[in-house]
Amino acid sequence: MIRTGFMERNLRWVFPLPAVVFVVVLMLFPVVYTVFLSFTNWNLTSGMPLSFVGLKSYARVFSEPRFLAAIGRTFSFTGMALALETFFGVALALVLNREFRGKGPIKLFLLLPLVATPVAVGIVFNLFYDPTIGLANWMLSLAGIPKIEWVSNTATVLPALVLVDVWQWTPMIALICLAGLASLPSDPYESARVDGATAPQILWRITLPMLAPTILTAMILRSVDALKTFDIIFAMTGGGPGYSSETLNILGFKYSFDYFKMGQSSVMLVTLFTIVLAASLVIMKLRDKVEA
Amino acid sequence: MRQNPVTRILFYLGILLIAVILLFPFLWMLMSSFKTQVDIISWPPKFIFEPTLRNYERVFGEQDFLQYFKNSTIVGVSAVAGALLLGLPAAYSIARFGQKRLSVFILVARLMPGISFLMPWYIVFSRLGLMDSYTALILSHLLITLPVVVWIMSSYFEAIPRELEESAMVDGATMQRAFVSIILPISGPGVVTATTLSFIFSWNNFMFSQVLSMQKTKTLPIAVYNFVSYAEVDWGAVMAVAVAIMTPAIILTMIFQKYVVKGLTMGAVKG
Repeated sequence: MIRTGFMERNLRWVFPLPAVVFVVVLMLFPVVYTVFLSFTNWNLTSGMPLSFVGLKSYARVFSEPRFLAAIGRTFSFTGMALALETFFGVALALVLNREFRGKGPIKLFLLLPLVATPVAVGIVFNLFYDPTIGLANWMLSLAGIPKIEWVSNTATVLPALVLVDVWQWTPMIALICLAGLASLPSDPYESARVDGATAPQILWRITLPMLAPTILTAMILRSVDALKTFDIIFAMTGGGPGYSSETLNILGFKYSFDYFKMGQSSVMLVTLFTIVLAASLVIMKLRDKVEA
Repeated sequence: MRQNPVTRILFYLGILLIAVILLFPFLWMLMSSFKTQVDIISWPPKFIFEPTLRNYERVFGEQDFLQYFKNSTIVGVSAVAGALLLGLPAAYSIARFGQKRLSVFILVARLMPGISFLMPWYIVFSRLGLMDSYTALILSHLLITLPVVVWIMSSYFEAIPRELEESAMVDGATMQRAFVSIILPISGPGVVTATTLSFIFSWNNFMFSQVLSMQKTKTLPIAVYNFVSYAEVDWGAVMAVAVAIMTPAIILTMIFQKYVVKGLTMGAVKG
């Protein structure tokens, strides 16, 4: 008779347990605590004990114009970045999906923006955008276009930041789509060729529909990260000039660690992670629909 | 398929343009790091200049900078080691017992905005006197590295045929024994992917270190950020620091290119 030990019988609990305990302690508890704090008006610097105010804290934060503007900005930043990155990423993948000389180096170059330290990327782009000495305005001047203030002007700061995000993350979508293209079955293409389909027909009727689940997955990953973009904005503008590039994540950070208004910052953080989780749920549902 | 020469030339011009766009920030950073302040602030921008090593001498001559480099390495290596220790058994269990909910639970750590745990950590770590400690920093970075390891390794283990362990278990080995002596030794490529990617994510992390570290445990991304918060920016030195920060991640990427691509695109494709 084979004697099985405790470990053997309970492996399915024993093996994941340390990881689960870790995630519960370092993620779940903190998140629950944040939700709890969001119903208080706790201010870390006031020295007053925290008092429970219920939904009043939500009412207060949600009537704050600065907060509402940050929500809007978070969505417009994400929308702009996601649209451009998806368009260029898919286009890039379609262009690169063939054999050509130099494909190896190009695939390496695609990886470099993805592994570059975002804070450092932001600072390099600050030099690039500098109104008086930056390469960006020099390039414009070659085309006879007058200087732009890029991240130092409230009107241009958000698109300028989006461009940095687009530079850094378009390759991510391109790489995912390239892998997706490589895994497509070849039968539909053969029958299309037999039927005499044109290249645009093949692209719109075969390639893109078959690639759609992959594109949507890439979009989930990107939108989740774009909604919580922090490093490049913090490093390049700190949310300024004024409040003009303050997204939810930046605003929540300031309320937590500059103003120490933990009650109000918690409301913002709860709002942010609700948006992020909801967005990933919606797109995941959408993907299941496309696949079905 | 033969193409006509004009299409071919246009195609390669397009490829060249893509390469230039992808590389120019790196090239400009590299060039600026070898320029004097005078050359950097000259207009029009200088493409040809006399290179100087002064920026690097200044940055690497500073005791503090070497300390930041060491801090980033300590935190990154520990966070990756911890993630493998916790994550490999968890990933194996998820793969073999089909624990889908468990994998989603750990994946949520990857989706959640870091700041939603950072604020409570700040309060707790301050109370425990753990601010500016390696412990706090490594724990926080573990929450970055662990989901990466679990995500990559659970799909890796799933692809390994069960027969491998089953035949060992018929011979009397326990399942945990089969995991250690049969599965792990053939999981090299997966572990390399998970290690490389999670180390790079920890190396690049800014927000956690910005809040939890101060003078003693400050990591490189904070150092580069602090360099520009002064009134007048010493661009040459900043660019030298930026080069120093990015070089390890880029070298790792070049060595493990295949694995990095696989890790970044994994799961997105299988649908």
